[in-house]
Amino acid sequence: MAKDMRDVYAQTLVDLAENDDRICVLEADLMNATGTKVFKQRFPERMFDVGVAEANMVGVASGLSAEGKIPFAASFGTFASRRTFDQFFLSANYAQLNVKLVGTDPGITAQFNGGTHMPFEDIGMMRLVPNLVIIEPSDLVSCEALIRAAAAHQGSMYIRMHRKGSNTIYDENEQFELGKGKVLVDGTDVTLIAAGFVMVPEALKAAEILKKEGISAAVIDMHTIKPLDNELVLAYAKKTGAIVTCENHQVTGGLGGAVAELLTAEYPALLGRIGAQDMFGQVGTQDYLIKAYEMTAEDIAQKAMATISKK
Amino acid sequence: MNQEKLQDLQDKARIVRIETLKSIGHLGVGHVGGAMSIVEVLTYLYYAEMHIDPKAPRMPERDRLVLSKGHAGPTLYSILALKGFFPMEWLLTLNQGGTKLPSHCDRNLTPGIDMTTGSLGQGLSAAIGIALATRLDKRGNHVYAIIGDGESQEGQVWEAAMSAAMFKVGNLIAFTDYNKMQIDGMTKDIMDIDALESKWLSFGWHVQRINGHDMQAIEDAVTRAKTVTDRPSMIVLDTIKGKGCTCAENLVGSHNMPISAEQLEEALTALGAEASAKGGN
Ligand SMILES: Cc1ncc(C[n+]2csc(CCOP(=O)(O)OP(=O)(O)O)c2C)c(N)n1
Ligand SMILES: [Mg+2]
Repeated sequence: MAKDMRDVYAQTLVDLAENDDRICVLEADLMNATGTKVFKQRFPERMFDVGVAEANMVGVASGLSAEGKIPFAASFGTFASRRTFDQFFLSANYAQLNVKLVGTDPGITAQFNGGTHMPFEDIGMMRLVPNLVIIEPSDLVSCEALIRAAAAHQGSMYIRMHRKGSNTIYDENEQFELGKGKVLVDGTDVTLIAAGFVMVPEALKAAEILKKEGISAAVIDMHTIKPLDNELVLAYAKKTGAIVTCENHQVTGGLGGAVAELLTAEYPALLGRIGAQDMFGQVGTQDYLIKAYEMTAEDIAQKAMATISKK
Repeated sequence: MNQEKLQDLQDKARIVRIETLKSIGHLGVGHVGGAMSIVEVLTYLYYAEMHIDPKAPRMPERDRLVLSKGHAGPTLYSILALKGFFPMEWLLTLNQGGTKLPSHCDRNLTPGIDMTTGSLGQGLSAAIGIALATRLDKRGNHVYAIIGDGESQEGQVWEAAMSAAMFKVGNLIAFTDYNKMQIDGMTKDIMDIDALESKWLSFGWHVQRINGHDMQAIEDAVTRAKTVTDRPSMIVLDTIKGKGCTCAENLVGSHNMPISAEQLEEALTALGAEASAKGGN
């Protein structure tokens, strides 16, 4: 059954489109990478591959949305964000339309495509777009649920989506709500707040490592980065007094930035941040890169201990 | 060119194919298709045309090349290694953690690479800037750029096209690798860019269209382009994606493909790899 996350994305769109003729799919010469060929086969008239032209893709998606369609437009996260930012900002968001922009291959998962293709800044950019909802599913179950939630949500969204590989964190029947984080493990000494396919499993492993050290770590899957689940973050800041954010992104601008801003304003608590530390991407295997950017479970556990030690 | 030079360049191209496939094959996956389609043009430029010095990769008066379709970097790396810009052993580090040879061209990592590329559509604009600086500095060198046919769907390419003509960058010679394919299929089926010659002509460029695997035709076209000094030049190369690699030739799937040890072996044998292993320079 070993499905890739992209297959879940594509199949969910097909399923949605069966009952909703507003669903459209746009690609910029990465249909074969995103896996949406199945959509093209089922609904050829609702699939638009614009070629290598991301800005045009988002502009066209905005127009479709202006007429009531629900477009899902995808590219590698670097190009979905950086090459279309003004089109997405203005034509889609400022115009208050309903474009679902999908950025794939988050952070180190760009692997052999290297630094030019390694988005460590997409969430940071997107967080600056007023009212934009940003999600990053961590497993196949949450991917399907969140894509369905995205289709139902009225308003533009940025969906940061892992592409290849599968993992299971949730039960098939788990329910998800945009903007509501999931507590995967409860704990009392420190809270690991993670997002995405790479970092949520690392955070879970880190909690195991910490357990052996006698440290009780809570783990939260923050699948919605904006709007942040303030209530949950503050509850765990109060409960554990120390937080470590874990993201496959720069530590500024994204999840770590969002949590830091919230804590500073509402309830100052100790904070450590795992992710790229003001660095560009580079080429290599995911194994190599996760070590190079100090994002492994061991790194998280170390950061957690260092953060707690300041209590 | 005389028969001897032609033979020599063709043989160089063969060796470049071999080294490029060895380097991608060593990793087991890579952009084989687009790397193979530009072997002849890059071999011609670096062995027979460009003013360069492996000992002084940044010398000011050198000719520049911007490989805008940066995913074809491995072909350029093979040539730069064969020419002595860096050790041949580097080729086997392609895309591995800490390498100086990343999948897409990087001017800071690799000696001999003039511009960082990888986000399609950006290289031609950079080449214009380099050509303008060359003119400001009153140097006589040329600037070459290579773009893909799929890449030509990016709007920025046409913004660059307009400005190169407006600024009359006569020292810029660009090539389109017209291999008729992109990732999702044939360019004519995905987003047709046809009438390429008239497109570039109407944007004010000097335009030629040739067989991109024919050394003589490449030489003739570059020689002619150099005589045009009041306009930028576009040379549209009719090429075959995956050219010369048995498991990749003329296949859309060759864009970024896994390559097994057996496939590599077969491809190298077809290229007569053994015979060339020694006299590689
Ligand atoms: C801006 C941007 N969008 C998407 C990609 C991903 N991508 C890499 S190669 C490619 C297809 C390029 O086709 P073409 O220019 O024809 O290349 P070639 O056939 O020469 O390999 C795509 C879409 C990219 N590198 N940059
Ligand atoms: Mg092509």
